[in-house]
Amino acid sequence: MDITLAVNGRQVTASIEANTLLSALLREGLALTGTHVACDTSQCGACTVLVDGASVKSCTLLAAEAAGATVVTIEGLAADGALHPMQQAFHDEHGLQCGFCTPGMVMSAVDLVAGNPDPSEAEIRAWLKGNICRCTGYQNIVKAICAGAAALRSA
Amino acid sequence: MYSFAYHCPASLADAKALLGRIEEARLLAGGQTLIPTLKQRLASPDAVIDLKGIGGLAAIERRGDALAIGALAKHAAVAASPVVRQAIPALAGLADGIGDPQVRNRGTLGGSIVNNDPAADYPAAVLGLGATVHTSERAIPADGFFTGLFETDLEPGEIVTSVSFPIPHRAAYVKFPNPASRYAMVGVFVAETSSGIRVAVTGAGPCVFRLAAAEQALARSFAPASLDGLRVDSQGLSSDIHAGAAYRAHLVAVMARRAVLQALG
Ligand SMILES: Cc1cc2nc3c(=O)[nH]c(=O)nc-3n(C[C@H](O)[C@H](O)[C@H](O)COP(=O)(O)OP(=O)(O)OC[C@H]3O[C@@H](n4cnc5c(N)ncnc54)[C@H](O)[C@@H]3O)c2cc1C
Ligand code: FES
Ligand code: FES
Repeated sequence: MDITLAVNGRQVTASIEANTLLSALLREGLALTGTHVACDTSQCGACTVLVDGASVKSCTLLAAEAAGATVVTIEGLAADGALHPMQQAFHDEHGLQCGFCTPGMVMSAVDLVAGNPDPSEAEIRAWLKGNICRCTGYQNIVKAICAGAAALRSA
Repeated sequence: MYSFAYHCPASLADAKALLGRIEEARLLAGGQTLIPTLKQRLASPDAVIDLKGIGGLAAIERRGDALAIGALAKHAAVAASPVVRQAIPALAGLADGIGDPQVRNRGTLGGSIVNNDPAADYPAAVLGLGATVHTSERAIPADGFFTGLFETDLEPGEIVTSVSFPIPHRAAYVKFPNPASRYAMVGVFVAETSSGIRVAVTGAGPCVFRLAAAEQALARSFAPASLDGLRVDSQGLSSDIHAGAAYRAHLVAVMARRAVLQALG
């Protein structure tokens, strides 16, 4: 089947099998490998992208379900070569070690601050229930999201 | 994933026609249970019928003494709805405690109650409030809807369209979440309604159930102290790597007391 959707501001028409996951379309069909797939159980959140503005696990969504939708992946955040303030904050605050969970963390954080521009530390930790990190112990991720939120507020 | 055909009908009638025509068809709502099931090859339908194109199934509105919530209403929409937060704050809070933000952005009320996972949250609210489940065919009272482990009273081809929740005088839901999945190890929904006290328990056994002893005790006086000494029989409750039946039985009494306290607060 053929579907059309907007990915990172570009209209894309793709020929897919009905059982293609959105994560597979992004990674294999569109070569947007910044969206990571780290589990088989819909629990880790590494594959988080925005679909019509809402953070979702792209490994738990058929590409067909995203037909007509607007999708933003980690590759869609940086504008004109400059990192998005949330990406910059992860860089500045050392919010990553191996980096595997990072694209999902950043996309999740972007969704959080869109709805809650000044989240408390507790709200950030509660929001990250759907994103698992095996390296950092979350401390610097939470710090990075605080800093990213502050940067976005003053932007 | 095995291969299947994908359909996105624009009306309930079209969806029903597809269900009638295709031997092994599965309805798709939020996909937060169905997609993982398909990925693990635990199901191999010939077709997946996406309900998202059917208009009006996600509405949330107050109708007199009840709150009508469409089957396709997402957990995040219920959690954030001013109408729900005003009429039944316990229900908004329950929806806000399901899984994680990404799951709440996709998962739906209808998908949750049809799946009837023994540890799901919504079944406790549906049973605890004495709600009515509306389908493409009929209206099913909560007391007859949940029939067993992952089982409901639905007939093949029947589509849930909405759930009507009577607005209680007060209510609360408290769960002891599994720290990894956030599903309820034990969750208790307590409600004081115009037709009496209702206490529904999820997570503890193979299917959500009402706790008659707690309902009777709370009918005498709606206070946490009424549940002092409440002994819950562990016979028939679930035992797994997360908790044994005796521990779950203990948690039921603790969560029930906390729920009453919260309902009074
Ligand atoms: C990581 C993770 C954590 C979770 N944590 C929790 C939790 O803490 N608490 C909790 O309660 N749940 C939890 N869930 C489950 C989540 O709430 C799901 O959204 C829910 O179980 C299914 O809803 P859905 O809309 O995604 O349904 P789907 O997956 O689309 O469908 C589920 C089943 O219901 C059928 N169905 C769907 N809609 C209808 C309808 N209108 N009429 C007839 N049949 C229908 C489908 O055919 C399918 O068999 C979690 C899920 C994940 C992935
Ligand atoms: S890869 Fe999607 S949740 Fe783990
Ligand atoms: S930085 Fe390695 S998993 Fe998070």
